[in-house]
Parts: sequence; C-alpha cells; structure tokens
Amino acid sequence: MNLVEEYAKKHAKTGDDIPKFNVGDTVRVHYRIVEGEKERVQIFEGIVIARAGAESPEATFTVRRIANKEGVERVFPLHSPRIEKVEVAREGAARRAKLYYLRDRVGKAARVKPKHRT
Amino acid sequence: MLNGILGRKLGMTCIFTEDGRWIDVTLVKAGPCTVIQRKTQDSDGYEAVQVGFEDKKEKNVNKPMTGHYAKSGASPKSVLREFRVDAANELKAGDEITSEIFKTGDRVDVQGTSKGKGFAGAIKRHGFSGGPGGHGSHFHRAPGSIGQSADPAKVYKGKRMPGQMGNRKVTTHNLEIVDVDTEKNLIVVRGAVPGANGGLVVVKTSVKGS
Repeated sequence: MNLVEEYAKKHAKTGDDIPKFNVGDTVRVHYRIVEGEKERVQIFEGIVIARAGAESPEATFTVRRIANKEGVERVFPLHSPRIEKVEVAREGAARRAKLYYLRDRVGKAARVKPKHRT
Repeated sequence: MLNGILGRKLGMTCIFTEDGRWIDVTLVKAGPCTVIQRKTQDSDGYEAVQVGFEDKKEKNVNKPMTGHYAKSGASPKSVLREFRVDAANELKAGDEITSEIFKTGDRVDVQGTSKGKGFAGAIKRHGFSGGPGGHGSHFHRAPGSIGQSADPAKVYKGKRMPGQMGNRKVTTHNLEIVDVDTEKNLIVVRGAVPGANGGLVVVKTSVKGS
C-alpha cells in the first residue's frame, strides 16, 4: 500500500461503518445538514442508479428519486461523515451496474424488479 | 529555519473536513533535506542556503562534487537547490531540514515541472476554437490569420501559435496546508500541484500572503 492510499484510508470509514447496499436498491440516506446553528437529519429516498469507486476513499453513489414529477439525482460521497446511515428500504435486482436507462423512463416503466427471496 | 523544502509529489486523494465537506488534497513527500553549503555575501556575493535532497550512490558522484559533499559532511545527494535567505540566517552545512518547518493552516507556493504535452497546436495550447468539422469546410484545427498585411508587415511578438506545451516550471500559489506528518515526512496541501506523480517539487512559504 502506498502512502497516498494509506493516508486516505486513515480518513475514510472502515469495516461496518461503510454503508452496504447495491445498485438497484431503494435506499433512505440519512444526511446531516446544518441550518445556521441547528443541525438536523434529512432523508433522501430513492433508487441507487450508480456506484463509482467501489469502497475506495473517493467512492460515490448516485440516488435518483422523483420529486414533484421531476427526476432528482443526488451524488453522495460514500465516506462522507455527514451520512449518518443508509437504510435499504427495498432490495432490487439490477442486471447492469449503471441504471442510467431509468432517466428515460416514467411511471411504471421506471421501476427495478425486486430481488427474489431465496 | 528555512522557508522552503524539496519534495516529491506522491499523488492526490480526498479527505473530509471536520464539518463534513469533501476536499481534494495532494500528498508531498517533503524532505528530509540536508544543508550542503551556506553561501554568504563575503564568499559568494549573495546570501543563500544550498540544500540536497535524496541520496545518490557514491560511485555516481564525480570527483569535484565528492569534494563539495565532503566539505559539508553530508552524503552525496541527487538533487541540489538553493534558497535565498537573510544574512542573519543561522543554518550551516550539515543541518537537517524536515517538514516540521510548516504547520497546518500555513499558506505555501508549490513549484514543479508541468507534464509535457510535446509540440501542441493552437487549439490545445491556447484554447482556440478551431473550424467546423465538415459541411465542405477545409478549415479544421489551423490557427487562422496571424495578423494584418503590408502594415505592420510583421507578426507581433507574443502571437499565440503552436509550439512546445508543458514540461516547464509552474508555480501554484497560496495553497493551504491541511496536514503535516513529520514522522513520514508528509505534507498534505489542499488542491493540485504541478507535475506528474513522483515529480520534484519545491514547497515554499507563500509570497502572496499568510
């Protein structure tokens, strides 16, 4: 491991602190935001349509949701200390790594098949 | 105390600040450097400190330089650079300079050699727009007109044209030091630093402000 990775790992989350979820899952991201003096937790719920950088310190993931009939996407850094937790509301069975095709779909077509229980 | 140090750019990564913001940082392996010579007004006509960085095999050092290193009592170095100092500076040959000279929050200038792009055209080198790709146009990536006609009957100096791009000395000013690890000789600066990973950089106290 070189010095750069070593340094970055020291500042990133480790083990169980790293949120666990997959592309296609519907997640609830508990994100701490600061409003003036107060701090509160905001929840962003949507489908994970992309993950980048695996679990590396630079890793991010993209969550898409439909808000007021308008598609909204947010990119979260996986290791951000502002992310309190990522709840998996529904597991999805995605057949590809990036679900960008969901952007072109509306309503019922913009769904991900639920994962079959075994 | 010296206001600068030699180092190698290790690479970039990201960390999070205490309030949770993502910042991009560059890691520099800085020092340890050894003072090889203290140049003075009396002997050299100016005040400076010559420092060496990274050891060099003795068999690769020629006779004149062997004598130079022997005078300082230090092992031969592969990189030699000078820093101008005040006459009152008390550094002497053999002194060590480590990343301790900087602390978190300091502002520094980082100088390096930018990545060479070779002989580049005006589009890549100066951001010219270029012509249409098709529709009967034969004007693609050429620089276009470079001036007027019989008056002034010359091309003005400094006219932006194709030529060597990169591989020259570049200084990035006023970077913030995020972290200093004296054990590993690491300096972590916020933002990017010129040059490729593994390239030689000079980290100096910022000239633009504290």
